[in-house]
Amino acid sequence: MTEFLVSLDRNVAVGMAQAAAAIALCLGVVALCRRFAVHVERETAVSLARGLVQMVAVGLVLALLLHGSLLIGALILLAMTFAAAVTASRRAPEIKNRLVLSFYAIAAGSSVVIAVLLATRAVTSQIVVLVPVGSMIIANAMNACAQAMERFRADITAHVGLIETGLALGADPAATVAPYVQSAVYASLLPRLDMLKSLGLVWIPGVMAGMLVSGASPVYAGIFQFIVVAMILAASGIAGLVATLLMRARAFSSAAQLTLRAAEPDKFATPQP
Amino acid sequence: MKAEQPTQPIALETAHLSRAVVGKVLTDDINVQVHIGEVVAVVGPSGSGKSSFLRLLNRLDEPTGGTVRLNGEDYRKLAPQELRRRVSMVMQTAYLFPGTVAENVAYGPRHCGQRPLAEQIDALLHRVGLSGYQERNASNLSGGEAQRVSIARTLANAPEILLLDEPTSALDEDSARGVEDLVLDIIRERRMTCVIVTHNNAQARRIAHRTMIIQGGKLVAIGPTQEVLRDD
Repeated sequence: MTEFLVSLDRNVAVGMAQAAAAIALCLGVVALCRRFAVHVERETAVSLARGLVQMVAVGLVLALLLHGSLLIGALILLAMTFAAAVTASRRAPEIKNRLVLSFYAIAAGSSVVIAVLLATRAVTSQIVVLVPVGSMIIANAMNACAQAMERFRADITAHVGLIETGLALGADPAATVAPYVQSAVYASLLPRLDMLKSLGLVWIPGVMAGMLVSGASPVYAGIFQFIVVAMILAASGIAGLVATLLMRARAFSSAAQLTLRAAEPDKFATPQP
Repeated sequence: MKAEQPTQPIALETAHLSRAVVGKVLTDDINVQVHIGEVVAVVGPSGSGKSSFLRLLNRLDEPTGGTVRLNGEDYRKLAPQELRRRVSMVMQTAYLFPGTVAENVAYGPRHCGQRPLAEQIDALLHRVGLSGYQERNASNLSGGEAQRVSIARTLANAPEILLLDEPTSALDEDSARGVEDLVLDIIRERRMTCVIVTHNNAQARRIAHRTMIIQGGKLVAIGPTQEVLRDD
């Protein structure tokens, strides 16, 4: 406990002052937006408050658990995965058991990747390393899961007529939605592919920046950052694919009837000219 | 003129067929028998449940009560894909898949593991008046042409029973008459069992041996077309 209290040194006070400057800048941007009738005052205020409180809380938890075991780290990542699943599941309100679906997809993507990172010793099992890197992986898997679900849902509800035409001709449900599976998985991967392409050219990610600040070799920091972004791509691919395939399974009844649809079946259909 | 009403074995039979969705009754306890080679028209006001009834016949929607028997067998015993190849539907709007006309016509057989011969596709397109359309892009067809492709595509499955959901209602008058004549010719020459939903009583008179009237999801009349639509 003494060690913990010691960690709350004057750096924290300096950090809070810097955070206040960052908040002031954000509020300035909000004021600028307001001049153009873009009203994000309330949302920004809530987001800033939440962000600050959450990050301070995470810092406190990490400080407390700094020397915790791998099991504690795994439990923290599990809790993060659950929170990510709650967020992602909001993208597909029509799907039954969407929370479970999202959890499976995010857990599949992030657990495989974290296991590989640990097995290759790219990260150690220390909580202070495992949790921040794991959280990046989980957050990106969450985004990929949400993007895949949203795209698949939108494509299905926009093509009800075409899908039911395929079903009425005796096609297997999976065949009738194959193009939409492809586009959903691709849509979930695209931001991560762009991220990988622009790595080092357009942006130097936070992990590398942090390592450089703390005195690591720039070359190793670059390689490590590449490993993390590549693993994010892998986690996103697995999460997007699993989410889409699970959603496809839930889009049809056991009698091969399309059950995922907008309130009006043909409202969004695209008729022939 | 349509052929005489056949006295053939029953091809399709509905038994207390019903469907309700979130408290709204779409189809209410309908009992109908359709004989082999018979054409039955389903008429009724807009929103009366005609299309809902038709969608239950090939199990695109699930009945919440009753069932359908195909040649005496409960259709739930059949795999849905097999059922829909045997009881095929032409929809109101011709939704064509991206690709060529030939690829569209081959869709059904291809998805049950068959590879239809080019000659078979040519013959089907010739039958619907679209000879030479094989390699055309399906997205560049007129409404009438698209519906003809849709009919050829359905016939490629060699169905026992043809379901037609207002196949001419989305077309202009000339195209509609052309497609109707085509449907009528195909039904006659193949002696197909057919259930056609139409809002056009004159069309029902031209095509159907018997006509059933649906109102509020209920079957309110059924009989020879000339009798059922006598007062219309």
